[in-house]
Amino acid sequence: MNSKNIAPDITSSSILDVDAIRADFPILRQKIHGKPLVYLDNAATAQKPEQVIKTLDNYYREYNANIHRGIHTLSQKATEAYEGARVKVQHFINASSIKEIIFVRGTTEGINLVAQSYGRTRLKRGDEIIISEMEHHSNIVPWQLLCEQTGAVLKVIPMNDAGELIMEEFEKLLGKKTRLVSVGHISNALGTINPIEKIIKMSHAYNAVALIDGAQAVSHIAIDVQALDCDFYVFSGHKLFGPTGIGVVYGKQSLLEDMPPYQGGGDMIKMVTLEKTLFNDLPYKFEAGTPHIAGVIGLGAAIDYVSDIGLENIAAYEHGLTAYAISAASGVTGLRLIGTARDKASILSFIMDGIHPHDIGTILDHEGIAIRTGHHCAMPVMEHFQVPATARASFSFYNKREEIDQLIQGLEKCKKVFK
Amino acid sequence: MFDLKDLYQEVIVDHNRSPRNFGRLDNADRVAEGFNPLCGDRLNLYLKLDDGRISDISFDGNGCAISVASASLMTDALKGKTLGEAETMFNDFHQLLTDDKPHDIQRVEHLGKLAALLGVKHYPTRVKCATLCWHTLHSALEDNKTPVSTE
Repeated sequence: MNSKNIAPDITSSSILDVDAIRADFPILRQKIHGKPLVYLDNAATAQKPEQVIKTLDNYYREYNANIHRGIHTLSQKATEAYEGARVKVQHFINASSIKEIIFVRGTTEGINLVAQSYGRTRLKRGDEIIISEMEHHSNIVPWQLLCEQTGAVLKVIPMNDAGELIMEEFEKLLGKKTRLVSVGHISNALGTINPIEKIIKMSHAYNAVALIDGAQAVSHIAIDVQALDCDFYVFSGHKLFGPTGIGVVYGKQSLLEDMPPYQGGGDMIKMVTLEKTLFNDLPYKFEAGTPHIAGVIGLGAAIDYVSDIGLENIAAYEHGLTAYAISAASGVTGLRLIGTARDKASILSFIMDGIHPHDIGTILDHEGIAIRTGHHCAMPVMEHFQVPATARASFSFYNKREEIDQLIQGLEKCKKVFK
Repeated sequence: MFDLKDLYQEVIVDHNRSPRNFGRLDNADRVAEGFNPLCGDRLNLYLKLDDGRISDISFDGNGCAISVASASLMTDALKGKTLGEAETMFNDFHQLLTDDKPHDIQRVEHLGKLAALLGVKHYPTRVKCATLCWHTLHSALEDNKTPVSTE
């Protein structure tokens, strides 16, 4: 793709009242090295609006209590808020039941849960798991562990030099032995939006279950798990403007019913004797121990916040912002974009001639601009493009075109330091 | 506020642009590999030893300006030094970068051009970039076969 052909969409800047939105994010008001913070590391973690911060504060101040078994008022209140957040998540991704929403620590734990609970009981020697070349380490390593435990074999969908999955190769990898396909919805290192509808459909044609790693997608694209027909969809709260340490596994009820618990402990049982335990119903079977109650309630507030703005509006606004950034970056001599997929969301990964990404990161930080540099936990992607690291700017709906202009000026400054 | 120019001093920019002693050393007596998993920096160090002295030294690999300049300056500084002198330099350099005390002028002077790297101290995330080559040296001197990692 020649990125210069993407004309910045001028109209998109009026879709959202970005100044009003920015006022909701207290952290954006601060200065770094004397310059206003330009936060472009949203793919690592997103900032939190006042609404989420207040919800957490309010929980700890007003009704902190353990959930589910307490009969006292605070416990009931906490349980109501906790279970209320589960309903919010259910509606947010259009799951058919709250039984399909399991709270975990984050995407990583979610994938490990599926690998260990579903994978370990279902897979046997010679069975095949398919992932892709552009996965985050958290969607590689749990499967490698599972392969070691079961004797299953890991297959990898290759990508082309634009950073798009080669679907013909995927078709060839699918076969009688394929049991599970696990791919990212959006690549964290490249920004590629993968054709997951197609991937899910093709997986099902071979009776394989499909897991979608939605860590990078939930804050940018509206998710409908029933329309997608995915078997598992996993995401983190902190990339969705919620707290860290909380994430979600969506799983089809029919699959979850048959899966053994991931961890044992309190709250996941109906009855325990020293000889035997009767496990609790879904989704509690998978939530052993006191959960991250504040995190769940905070995630609920984050979902309310995002839903109020509307993911369609967010997607449209960010589409314009990303196109603007790609076009602006293409004007920087010596800059090479890594990841030029036709379908791309909110991530600008790049390298610059003669300047290591790490140095770019330090120089931009001096300008108040926060980006990420390194391998982005996707070392196979770096290997594909034969680079040790990239610089990555990632956007959210509170970012403005002026901030992208500042980024570009910062990059010119990098060149000046090393001229 | 700390100025960017104190980090990217002319000496560093120069040694990054044209690193000295860059390339593989044939018939090296010691070879060691250093790796910084945080940023993907990789470095190979080649040493020729002659009667307890570093008679020749070179490096290759891929890294940021700080790590390349540091390796370039280090190899320049170590050529001709005894192993004992190299060890002292390693300790001095490492200590100056990592302890909180104000710099001892005499020790800084003793480091010569290497002192240009002391600005890194104000960038905690970048200290490892400057010390990677030194840790790799340490491993080479001990003839340790496992790659050095900063993590």
